[in-house]
Amino acid sequence: MTISHHPANTHLMAHAAGLLPEAFGLIVATHVSMCDECRAQLCSFEALGGAVLDGCTGADMPSGSLEATLARIDAQPEADNQAPTVRSTKDVPPLQSDLPAPLRNYVGCDLESVQWRPVGMGVRQVVLPTGDGATVRLLHIPAGQVVPEHGHNGLEMTLVLRGAFRDHADCFGPGDVEIATEGFDHAPMADPGQDCICLAATDAPLRFNGLLPRLAQPFLQF
Amino acid sequence: MDWAALLVRVSDDRDRTAFARLFRHFAPRVKAFLMKTGTPEAQAEECTQDVMATLWRKAHLYDPTRASAATWIFTIARNRRIDLARRTRPDPEDLPWGPEPELDQAEALIMQQESARLVSALSELPAAQRALIERAFYGEVSHSEIAAETGLPLGTIKSRIRLALDRLRRRLS
Repeated sequence: MTISHHPANTHLMAHAAGLLPEAFGLIVATHVSMCDECRAQLCSFEALGGAVLDGCTGADMPSGSLEATLARIDAQPEADNQAPTVRSTKDVPPLQSDLPAPLRNYVGCDLESVQWRPVGMGVRQVVLPTGDGATVRLLHIPAGQVVPEHGHNGLEMTLVLRGAFRDHADCFGPGDVEIATEGFDHAPMADPGQDCICLAATDAPLRFNGLLPRLAQPFLQF
Repeated sequence: MDWAALLVRVSDDRDRTAFARLFRHFAPRVKAFLMKTGTPEAQAEECTQDVMATLWRKAHLYDPTRASAATWIFTIARNRRIDLARRTRPDPEDLPWGPEPELDQAEALIMQQESARLVSALSELPAAQRALIERAFYGEVSHSEIAAETGLPLGTIKSRIRLALDRLRRRLS
């Protein structure tokens, strides 16, 4: 599997700085879990954050700050202070899942057990709970199905988890991220042969160009 | 000062003198960082102590072949700031980095040198350009305003990190 479409450097830097809205952060974290190239890029932006921290002029510390911190450390149960022999991945239930850890935390199960909701035209979805004003959903698009043409009022990031889709711009397979911004219209179609499962985040409602999907949009929650 | 070596002493020997030296250097910076992100002073002080106590507790997770001490402490402070704002930042899947059976001193040294070079490169940037990068990390701009063209040679540090990742993948396979 070769990943050829990545998040932009601006997204990786914003995620390193902790500024990406949670929904986009989930896309970036899931992609980085699948892509060492972007993991290295994200880590180098974190190194930049370290350089900013190292270079900043320190604030005044009250006397006794170090002692108070040591007292805090002594108050922690010693078990917390001991190195575990194996590093465990926090909050991740030990289940066999085909999803990368960050996404598994949100979905709570593997792809086979997802409780999909139909949204029309054979497309099914699950909206994942996030804050910060952007939304993220898992989409299940039947093989060969076209999602009605739509434009974007803000930023939309789509990460392919399984199968593939294509639009007039390019084609996208597992691990690929498509970035769509204002002014970009497309009608993505799942490749024939395999259903396409992807993770899509957006910070503004999509703009459907056809009348029917536009009428149905309130029910689709797109 | 070899902050990475001090962190390793905190991890391996529970060395309080090493911790005190790390504290004197990094605690004022962490506090300044938190205050620049809009945290009131008293809360920033409280939080800084918390960040430094986390450093003590999690020192065994620090890997000097992957990051400088400053970078690792930055990620702790960043995560604490996100908690304070009641936001969530999804982390990538954890790789089982752990300390290698034997710490590769040469790799650790190169990573620390690259990080030091980045710090001086940042300080030599024109003031306006440097301020732009700092503002991004202080959270003073929105994510859509971030310009990722930093003007800094990040490629060198990225390729070191990439090498460390490749070594790890080989060890895992």
